[in-house]
Amino acid sequence: MDGSLGYAPMQADLKQAQASNRVIILGALSAIAMAAARIYAREGAALVLVARNEARLDALAADLYARGAANVVVAAMDLEAEARNAGEHLAAWSSPMGGLDHIHLVYGYLGSQLEATASQAELSRIVTSNFTSAVHWCEAAANILRRQKHGTLVAVSSVAGDRGRQSNYAYGAAKGGLALYVQGIAHSLAGTGARAVAVKPGFVDTPMTDGLKKGGPMWASADQIGQALRRAADKGGPIQYSPGKWRIVMAMIRAVPAFVFHKTRL
Amino acid sequence: MTETFHSDATLTSWGRVVRERHDVARPRFGDEVSRIVQTLSADSPGLAVGLRRSYGDSNLNPDGRLIDMTGVDRIIFFDRRTGVMRAEAGVSLSQALQVLVPAGWFLPTTPGTRFVTLGGAVANDVHGKNHHAAGAFGASVTRLKLLRTDGGSQELAPGDPLFHATVGGLGLTGIIAWVEFRATPIPSAYLDGEDTSFTRVEDYFDIAAEKRKSFQHTMAWVDCSTQGTKLGRGIFSSANWAAYGDLAPHSEQSRRNVPLDAPDFTLNALTVRAFNSVRHELKRMRHGPYRTHYDPFLYPLDGIAHWNRLYGAKGFYQYQCVLPPATAHAGVSELLKTIVASGQGSPLAVLKDFGPNAPVGMLSFPMEGTTLALDFRNQEERTLRLMADLDRIVADAGGRLYPAKDGRMPAAMFQSGFPKWQDFCAYVDPGLSSAFWRRVSG
Repeated sequence: MDGSLGYAPMQADLKQAQASNRVIILGALSAIAMAAARIYAREGAALVLVARNEARLDALAADLYARGAANVVVAAMDLEAEARNAGEHLAAWSSPMGGLDHIHLVYGYLGSQLEATASQAELSRIVTSNFTSAVHWCEAAANILRRQKHGTLVAVSSVAGDRGRQSNYAYGAAKGGLALYVQGIAHSLAGTGARAVAVKPGFVDTPMTDGLKKGGPMWASADQIGQALRRAADKGGPIQYSPGKWRIVMAMIRAVPAFVFHKTRL
Repeated sequence: MTETFHSDATLTSWGRVVRERHDVARPRFGDEVSRIVQTLSADSPGLAVGLRRSYGDSNLNPDGRLIDMTGVDRIIFFDRRTGVMRAEAGVSLSQALQVLVPAGWFLPTTPGTRFVTLGGAVANDVHGKNHHAAGAFGASVTRLKLLRTDGGSQELAPGDPLFHATVGGLGLTGIIAWVEFRATPIPSAYLDGEDTSFTRVEDYFDIAAEKRKSFQHTMAWVDCSTQGTKLGRGIFSSANWAAYGDLAPHSEQSRRNVPLDAPDFTLNALTVRAFNSVRHELKRMRHGPYRTHYDPFLYPLDGIAHWNRLYGAKGFYQYQCVLPPATAHAGVSELLKTIVASGQGSPLAVLKDFGPNAPVGMLSFPMEGTTLALDFRNQEERTLRLMADLDRIVADAGGRLYPAKDGRMPAAMFQSGFPKWQDFCAYVDPGLSSAFWRRVSG
């Protein structure tokens, strides 16, 4: 027993020097992000948590301290609105840590295709949240990684980005575009020692999907995807399906000819 | 999204006898819980639930609302010097141990599964193998926060009547937002144990009286498949924390899984095999003292995910009673005789002596005496008749049944077993209810 309270006693910079990884999580209050953050906490990482709701971020920070995080900094902000200042924000969060090992982009907005068809506001929100703002954060992160010559960007995309479907093509196109963007970053980082990964989860049992019928072999838990994000930061190719079987499922779905696909209501 | 209720047509408890429609909300943060709680009312009562390991219907509210608290699972603080932890109600004992054990602390007491939330541990005032040393869980709770459906909320501490109604109060006095408890220091994550076999149930009582003087953890497995002179043969197992060893917590991965309901025709064979494996391990350990990690000793079935499916699609009942010391000898023998004669019991039953610690909750189950627990596969009328026979023995002996395990006890059985139940009624939040409560308070 070291007698420390978890919180204050150690110097903040000393704690960061001992951290296993220096990690920024954008959209830290999503169920998947919280699952990943707990894995990092157990490892003794230093974490920067970014999301909108400060009170909730504070509650999460206390939890991560108790679970072993070396240090936790919270930043309450609207990631969509602040995307154009991404570079300054990332610099401000990473420089006190002396650099950045992993950055996870987890935020997103599922929205409703039906509403997006009727409302420009909903369509804009889906595209801005999942693509336009996201690529600004990704590019800013890539710039840091390129300079450092190490570290990983992990962005959460979706299997919905693999084929346009009547039920959610706004979300699908935005998430698919994000994966392409990150794939391009991965290419540009090749040989530098830094990496970029787009993770494509299938159905995940989170509050975002409440209201859908859940359960069965195609549904994964937030914990499973959180583990996949953590793993992706260490290894694997630029496009990772999670769970891995979705790579095969989506290959088959992409291969279905339009005259057949158009008879479905997927 | 997380503040709305979604319909679940076949929600069940651990025993899986009842499958009913519920509207379920899954909040993740305290502010969401506060708002949801205020939508509940006497016209549309709800109930907060955790990992739903209670076996019967104390965690069900058919055609009504449930608040699934498992997403509200943040540790608020943990003081490594004093062992005091405050955590949101949805934190499981399993998660708490991941933090406590590496720092040299353990839960003050624990039931036979770590898949129980802190809220559930308080609401059922759960007990464990160390009851005679530590009391039930509520004895180590130093503070808790309770939200009422009228919008009020308060922090409660021992001494406050509402605290004593809430401990063991089956979630009916309000929604438990967080729990603060005092952990117990451990020198290692291992236990030094020994097993003693006995051939007659009478011998159990002598061994129990002897072992409790020197061991913190005690319990016995009793073989329910033998009759006559071998009635009640079993193995008494006792353990203390080992003075040496590392502080490695358990693995969160289940080693084995039961992926589907066991079909009826293989049911008995599978069930027997599962329990036999436990029995086999016990036999192996029987020769002399042994050292074991806490996980297989305290949580023997947690390594098998969904073991409740072994009882098939119709589910099962668990029957757990406690009899006071004066009547326990005769009462336990009579219960075992009745069970063995019926041929319906699980192959193994658990016996354990509770210590004289005064119960903390008005409806706390543990009281001084001997508790017996075993499973019955749901064979409908036949099983219900047997349990009614057992009820008579328990009532005559001045005993009572454990609400967390119960899905059928009549109101009279509950009311005679828990004499403070009418005092308790004054503290029930009118916006909360359960199938169990509607049955036993009628």
